[in-house]
Amino acid sequence: MAKAKGKVRFNEDRCKGCELCTTACPVNIVIMDKKRINVKGYNPATVDEMEKCIGCGNCATICPDLVIEVERETK
Amino acid sequence: MAVVFKKTEGLTDKQFHYCPGCTHGIIHRLVGEVLEELEVVGKAIGVAPVGCSVLAYDYFNCDMHEAAHGRAPAVATGIKRILPDNVVFTYQGDGDLASIGTAEIIHAAHRAEKFTTIFVNNAIYGMTGGQMAPTTLIGQKSTTSQAGRDAATTGMPLRMSEMFATIDGAVFVERVSVHDVAHIRKAKKAIKKAFEVQLEGKGFGIVEVLSTCPTNWGIAPVESLTWLKENMIPYYPLGNFRTPEEGK
Amino acid sequence: MAKVLMKGNEAIGAAGIKAGCKYFFGYPITPQNELPEFMSKELPKVDGVFVQAESEVAAINMIYGGAGTGERVMTSSSSPGIALKQEGISYIAGAELPCVIVNISRGGPGLGGIQPSQADYFQSTRGGGNGDYRLPVYAPASIQEAVDLVIEAFDVADYYRNPVMVIGDGMIGQMMEPVEFNEPEKKRELPVKDWATTGTEGKRKPNIINSLALDPAELEKHNIKLQAKYDEMEEKEVRYEAYKLEEAEVVLVAYGMTSRIVKNAMDILEKEGIKTGLIRPITLWPFPNKAFNEIPDTAKALLSVEMSMGQMIDDVKIANNGKLPVEFYGRAGGMIPTPEEIVNKVKEILGGGK
Repeated sequence: MAKAKGKVRFNEDRCKGCELCTTACPVNIVIMDKKRINVKGYNPATVDEMEKCIGCGNCATICPDLVIEVERETK
Repeated sequence: MAVVFKKTEGLTDKQFHYCPGCTHGIIHRLVGEVLEELEVVGKAIGVAPVGCSVLAYDYFNCDMHEAAHGRAPAVATGIKRILPDNVVFTYQGDGDLASIGTAEIIHAAHRAEKFTTIFVNNAIYGMTGGQMAPTTLIGQKSTTSQAGRDAATTGMPLRMSEMFATIDGAVFVERVSVHDVAHIRKAKKAIKKAFEVQLEGKGFGIVEVLSTCPTNWGIAPVESLTWLKENMIPYYPLGNFRTPEEGK
Repeated sequence: MAKVLMKGNEAIGAAGIKAGCKYFFGYPITPQNELPEFMSKELPKVDGVFVQAESEVAAINMIYGGAGTGERVMTSSSSPGIALKQEGISYIAGAELPCVIVNISRGGPGLGGIQPSQADYFQSTRGGGNGDYRLPVYAPASIQEAVDLVIEAFDVADYYRNPVMVIGDGMIGQMMEPVEFNEPEKKRELPVKDWATTGTEGKRKPNIINSLALDPAELEKHNIKLQAKYDEMEEKEVRYEAYKLEEAEVVLVAYGMTSRIVKNAMDILEKEGIKTGLIRPITLWPFPNKAFNEIPDTAKALLSVEMSMGQMIDDVKIANNGKLPVEFYGRAGGMIPTPEEIVNKVKEILGGGK
């Protein structure tokens, strides 16, 4: 069985850099972008290797600030 | 690709004022999602407390009523008795519900008021600056228990759900946690059930949600999740304390 | 409608129902118990709801929630219970919700006693709650007037979106008099309650009932808006009775049941050739300052008669504005002044027995 394919989008300006999403990703692709800060002054959460995303929604489930929207390939 | 997770219609677009990593935001979202899934956003009237979630009236996308400290269950009683076909809920913290508002919440349960209470227990007063709550753990430091809570002078932490389980009118009582994804999903199920019990007119329902307060605990957000799991859950065991029998 | 003989507390409840109030939230306390008892019996008959709350604090907060739905709601209590309700009254005033609160007052301070008293004048007109707020306070002197004022109080509450108090001493609550329930006279065009929390039904933005404004500029704006409302009440809602002021040598000021005792004293004095008049505030707030313009030049002094150690006298002095000497006679703790005591006081003021 092929792995599910997913995609996450970050509404970056809402992010407070709390890092909870980084603890919930089963494929460990959610990271904090230490090179940038958002309008609130935090390093925002981001994903570098989106091709690994399985669209499980865990990151969005634990995010307290409604930063993340998740898409998944449906067959 | 289809969107499988987006902001619920049960919440407004307003950004939460909560501190980074505070799990109030998760609990707000779960309530909003449940209201949307049960198709009751338009029928809902929420009652906001005093405390960190005092501004909850700006976040839920339904009619809202801001109560005085601890009085949300009395306000909700007034609303629900007049509008029995609406869906009424209170959202209260531990200072609000377990300290200043104990009389109001106990008697709302005692009268089997048909509304739903979301009780957020983070073992501390957040908004006022980290003072000791009735739910603060033994040894836990707060700005009014600086050497750690001492049982000899301040008593043992109050277990509210266990107390509700002794009140006949409280037909749904469950304690949940939001420290990881699996528990967040369980918490949502409990919140949904509590609202369903209201829709079925069975009595009072309450979900106690163990929550974090990274700022006043003085622990980073991710470590706060671990602290909750290792310190709060052993004293405040998760689980269902009361559920209406099916088919009754 | 024919007259019926009713106890004050029950008549006040019946007046509430007549005014369209179907929801009552209360808590037992003497001497107002017949009122919630009556409501518990009568409201279910009109498809209404009576809730006996766990405390006065809870009852007033049920009123706060209930008023938010836009329905007419009512609560009652007596002095120490009204003290407990002050938190809720302040929130209701801040959030601009209509409701009617009845105080059948008793002696204090503290637990005090259960006999009639007017020692809640400060409590009702100055408020024990926090912040800049006011509420109209009606003080009936008979059960018929209590009925009429309760009915009017609901309209005033709706018109201004403000809590309204009806205050009667224990005598008003406990005695029986014949009353008539007249169709309320329509004096005001009442606004639509589009602010009520009844569920959005997805058709409008959420309504929020709230008294919190963290931005000081916003809160000041709210206070200015409230004050404009209170100014309008002072302009339009003052009610008083000016009785036999013509050629009066002493003008007595008394409200509620005390005013009836004063009238008896005035009759005795008149027979002895001493002319006195009475200003009877029907609204304790807004206080009838303008009534004092009607005082004739013959008046040598004012006499505030109260069932307290002297509270309304402050407002009498403000209204008098230094023009005449202001004297006081009062009984406290549930003791009731007799006409003879008042007669003697008037004679003393006029120079020790005429």
